[in-house]
Amino acid sequence: MKQLDFTVRSNDKLNDQNHLLKVVPSDNEQLPEMLPGQFVQILVENAQHTFLRRPISINNIVPERNEIWLLVQSVGEGTQKLCEMAVGGRLNMLVPLGNSFTIPSNPGSYLLVGGGVGTAPLLFLGKKLHERGIACDFLLGGASEKNILQRSDFTAYGTLYCTTEDGSLGEKGYVTHHPVLQHKKYDFIFTCGPKPMMVAVARYAHERGIVCEASLENLMACGFGACLCCVEKTTRGNLCACTEGPVFDINELTWLD
Amino acid sequence: MARLEVTIGSMLLRNPVMTASGTFGYGTEYTDFMDLGRLGGIFVKGTTLEPRQGNDYPRMAETPSGMLNAVGLHNKGVDYFVEQIYPVIKDYDTRMIVNVSGSTVEDYVACTEKLVGLEKIPAIELNISCPNVKEGGMAFGTTCASAAQVTRAVRRVYPGTLIVKLSPNVTDIAEIARSVEAEGADSVSLVNTFLGMAIDAESRRPKLSTVTGGLSGPCIKPIALRMVWQVFHAVNIPVIGMGGICNWEDAIEFILAGATAIQVGTCNFIDPSVSVKIVEGIEAYLQRHNIASVTDLVGAMETA
Ligand SMILES: Cc1cc2nc3c(=O)[nH]c(=O)nc-3n(C[C@H](O)[C@H](O)[C@H](O)COP(=O)(O)OP(=O)(O)OC[C@H]3O[C@@H](n4cnc5c(N)ncnc54)[C@H](O)[C@@H]3O)c2cc1C
Ligand SMILES: Cc1cc2nc3c(=O)[nH]c(=O)nc-3n(C[C@H](O)[C@H](O)[C@H](O)COP(=O)(O)O)c2cc1C
Ligand code: FES
Repeated sequence: MKQLDFTVRSNDKLNDQNHLLKVVPSDNEQLPEMLPGQFVQILVENAQHTFLRRPISINNIVPERNEIWLLVQSVGEGTQKLCEMAVGGRLNMLVPLGNSFTIPSNPGSYLLVGGGVGTAPLLFLGKKLHERGIACDFLLGGASEKNILQRSDFTAYGTLYCTTEDGSLGEKGYVTHHPVLQHKKYDFIFTCGPKPMMVAVARYAHERGIVCEASLENLMACGFGACLCCVEKTTRGNLCACTEGPVFDINELTWLD
Repeated sequence: MARLEVTIGSMLLRNPVMTASGTFGYGTEYTDFMDLGRLGGIFVKGTTLEPRQGNDYPRMAETPSGMLNAVGLHNKGVDYFVEQIYPVIKDYDTRMIVNVSGSTVEDYVACTEKLVGLEKIPAIELNISCPNVKEGGMAFGTTCASAAQVTRAVRRVYPGTLIVKLSPNVTDIAEIARSVEAEGADSVSLVNTFLGMAIDAESRRPKLSTVTGGLSGPCIKPIALRMVWQVFHAVNIPVIGMGGICNWEDAIEFILAGATAIQVGTCNFIDPSVSVKIVEGIEAYLQRHNIASVTDLVGAMETA
């Protein structure tokens, strides 16, 4: 873990709510190693009501450019300020935090299921799998076409399937209704998104005996294990989502009880 | 060079800046961000006789300039501390103080007894002020009789420096401070969190699983400061002050109000190296004002 200042290299508006920030360490320091599923804690400056840092997933790492990508959805003052960051602006971040998705060494078929801004960590995961020569399918869901973000980035690393609630892109409905889930057999499913979506995906995986990991978005104060605020109830007791997670094996969670 | 050393009970601290229980883990969580040897001391997380799972999620709600927590003394118990944690932290180059909590007087005594032999634990802090547990906790800190009772019982078995942490959720904190001083406390620390709550207007539901929780952070600082000042004038033992300290100016304010040492709590979450910056800030302040020792500033607020 490190506390570093970053400079915003670019800030692209992807739709009315989502921005993609690309940031680099301000003093050109080499980025520490980061794994898919890990996140950062960002200090939001000049916000009136934002006191604590904001946890944001690592959306991608581009080692050649020493760059971290952050996909931010504006839902409140903190994330709005982040979306408004000017190019050249500074962000103080704790990096990297949390555990990561398990990248199994055995070959198999992989499905990465994301909803809303929960697609953020799946891009980096897909990229890492791709680098290992593992082909994977992405299944992304959103309210409408404009909510399915970074489509060309995803297709660079695997096959992309989509669902939208209004039917404007891909299949109409929720991710768990997508026909690919009936037609293809997967060995590993990794998911991140709204809790009801992840619970449905977990149920699907559990019923078929598929290994499944979910990345949680519990409320966090510190993000590095000091406050014990972010706990998730698991088969091993109350665990911190920021250090024992955010990624959990679904069999450890109490969601399906 | 200005002197930063201060003494609490029989414990000499390298400087008056320490970190508050429940906000600093066991110190290990912070080693990537700072040199723990720069601190006066570390108050480790609340420790109880038996392991505790704490409260359900959600345990946290952000508030303007602060937060509410309902952690509920989540910890693995004193035996785990002695066997697993102590061997790791005993070589830290700073004072390690264990924060002891319990539901009954017997709990406090039994938990303390297990810490007596640990040579690298020079002090304990009795938490008679946790607002997040159903039985015990804060209840002990809200009447003079119960605060005195638990202090007396622990004093009997504990030869080290005994610090009693007071609850701000009382009408007259000074009288509670006097009652624990009379039972042999070497120091009082204050304040613990203020009982508060937050509601989600949309869902009409409380933001904490326990409905109410403990408020901390800069939003409590003016009240904490007032309490430190009142207690300083009520007792003859050193006062350790805390409540929303985020920078050296805050720390100096507490010292001027009467704190011999201070603890940094919630602000560690926002800037994990803030306590070291506070040490540096105090040092620079003393030099700038030509003050020989930080102890010269204790209670030195000028009202005339
Ligand atoms: C490990 C982790 C990774 C995350 N990754 C991303 C990411 O890549 N991109 C992104 O845009 N967001 C991500 N989030 C969610 C993000 O942290 C919250 O949206 C943000 O903290 C809200 O702050 P705010 O000040 O904008 O809103 P606030 O005013 O604080 O809250 C507005 C609303 O946002 C929701 N919210 C608040 N905190 C959280 C939270 N921790 N998780 C989920 N919802 C929350 C609540 O519904 C709340 O009512 C992640 C959260 C976690 C824990
Ligand atoms: C998440 C959290 C957990 C805490 N746990 C404890 C505890 O176990 N024992 C204790 O005596 N105080 C505990 N406290 C209170 C702090 O030690 C401190 O008294 C309080 O937060 C006020 O200081 P601050 O405003 O600087 O945070 C906790 C506070 C927070 C925010
Ligand atoms: S957010 Fe503090 S322990 Fe997880």
